[in-house]
Amino acid sequence: MKVDEKYEKFASEHAAKSPLGKDCFFAFTVGGFICVLGQAFSDIYTLLGVNEETVKALVPVSLIFLSVLLTGIGVFDKIAKFAGAGTLVPITGFANAVAAPAIDNKAEGYVMGLGAKIFIIAGPVIMYGILASVIYGGIYYIAGLIPI
Amino acid sequence: MIQKISVLKAPNHGIPYIGYTQYTRFFSEMNPQVPQRRHESNTFTATEQYGDKMLIEIKNETRIFSFAAVGGKAEKNGPLGYAFDYTDESERFSQKTWESAEGSMQKIALSMALGKRNMTEKDIGVLLAGDLMNQCTASCYGLLSFDIPFVGLFGACSTAAEGLALSAIICDQSGSVCAAVTSSHFCSAERQFRFPLEYGGQRTPTSQRTATASGAFITGRTNEGVRIKSVMFGRSVDSKIKDINNMGAAMAPAAADTMLRFFSESGMKPGDFDLIATGDLGAEGYSITKLIMEQNGYDMGEVYDDCGLRLYDRKRQDMHSGASGCGCSASVACTSILPDMLSGKLGRVLFIGTGALMSPTSLQQGEPIASVAHLVYLEG
Repeated sequence: MKVDEKYEKFASEHAAKSPLGKDCFFAFTVGGFICVLGQAFSDIYTLLGVNEETVKALVPVSLIFLSVLLTGIGVFDKIAKFAGAGTLVPITGFANAVAAPAIDNKAEGYVMGLGAKIFIIAGPVIMYGILASVIYGGIYYIAGLIPI
Repeated sequence: MIQKISVLKAPNHGIPYIGYTQYTRFFSEMNPQVPQRRHESNTFTATEQYGDKMLIEIKNETRIFSFAAVGGKAEKNGPLGYAFDYTDESERFSQKTWESAEGSMQKIALSMALGKRNMTEKDIGVLLAGDLMNQCTASCYGLLSFDIPFVGLFGACSTAAEGLALSAIICDQSGSVCAAVTSSHFCSAERQFRFPLEYGGQRTPTSQRTATASGAFITGRTNEGVRIKSVMFGRSVDSKIKDINNMGAAMAPAAADTMLRFFSESGMKPGDFDLIATGDLGAEGYSITKLIMEQNGYDMGEVYDDCGLRLYDRKRQDMHSGASGCGCSASVACTSILPDMLSGKLGRVLFIGTGALMSPTSLQQGEPIASVAHLVYLEG
């Protein structure tokens, strides 16, 4: 049995809306805090006498480690529930998207479970990220050939 | 020696000849009239064509005489938490995986329902069970240790009502005792339908939480318990909704369709009942269903409620639109509706299980969510 064509439109108009102001506020605050944390790591490493190139690698590694640790002990999803894009957009979101399926699919074995499903969420990002960078690289190369 | 089996084909139809004529006659006898047009003012549901004799009366006195509910942490902390027969805050139920945990819940629920009446598996004639997981995993594996003829059901979240309706029909026909069991588990459902458990994401206000709960009902021809007067199976409805986070809106037309057909055929009205409880429409589906019923001339008034709104304290527990899952309607029936009927607080009740018959694969392929609602008319 089919419902009237108008129903879908009605349902989406009837649906309760997300509290946009509140969501934006938390996303901004938590996202900003993660950036401050990254800057703090950077300053600490510089103070410890690490050279600039290594600091650039150490900062994301530290944030990824924290994110995976919080995912593992079951805290990350509770923060993300309020923070939304605040935890999703920085590198922390990506780390969580890899760690969460790894924990979840371990029950199906290390090969077909963990191994096959670890990139189930992050996979599209990696795949289209590489594709986009190849295209960008191509454009960059061709643009370089044109003498201006 | 291999014997050749030949099947005669009916001309131009490709249907085996044996049975073909039988079936056409069967249908012409059962349904002599052309379906009539009754409700032409329907706005959203295209329920103009009703077939007759869709309401199945349970002639022999069949009653739900034992029931039990099992739940998880959020269910224990909810307003009905005190009434659950067994809860496990770890939600693991002594199992390693969430899938086995859900199976274990069904096992505990059925054992407790049997135990309440000092019954054993030998007293049950047919076991009807179903859940949300692939191939009804929880039911098949969880109830493996019971040596009872097993019927697997899939009606998504409407399984509780579907199981009750079918067991009532079996009891009515055969006189044997039936058990209907169903369950859902937040963790196994999240894994199958949404994201990994630890994934950090936000939910929309229309989303519902799959209840970690299981319910078992034992029905038979007796004079104790809650009587099942009649049952009506729902039609599957193409809701046009493609949002997995708005299942209430997807199921509302199915719930309204079944109720409209019931009221139309039985001649009863919402006011004749003490409670009309839909399965798991949540706040979103509840208000839409009320609206559709109003537009078709039925004021649902105070008697209408939804099990998805009863299981959790939505504000305190931050449950968005409410609870969902097979275990939602089953556990609310076992912890609130049936006890109230036994104590005489409620007389006549319509219990309508609502199910979103969706598959993650079909959704990804762009198919809308199909839904169904089965109705059970209970009397204390």
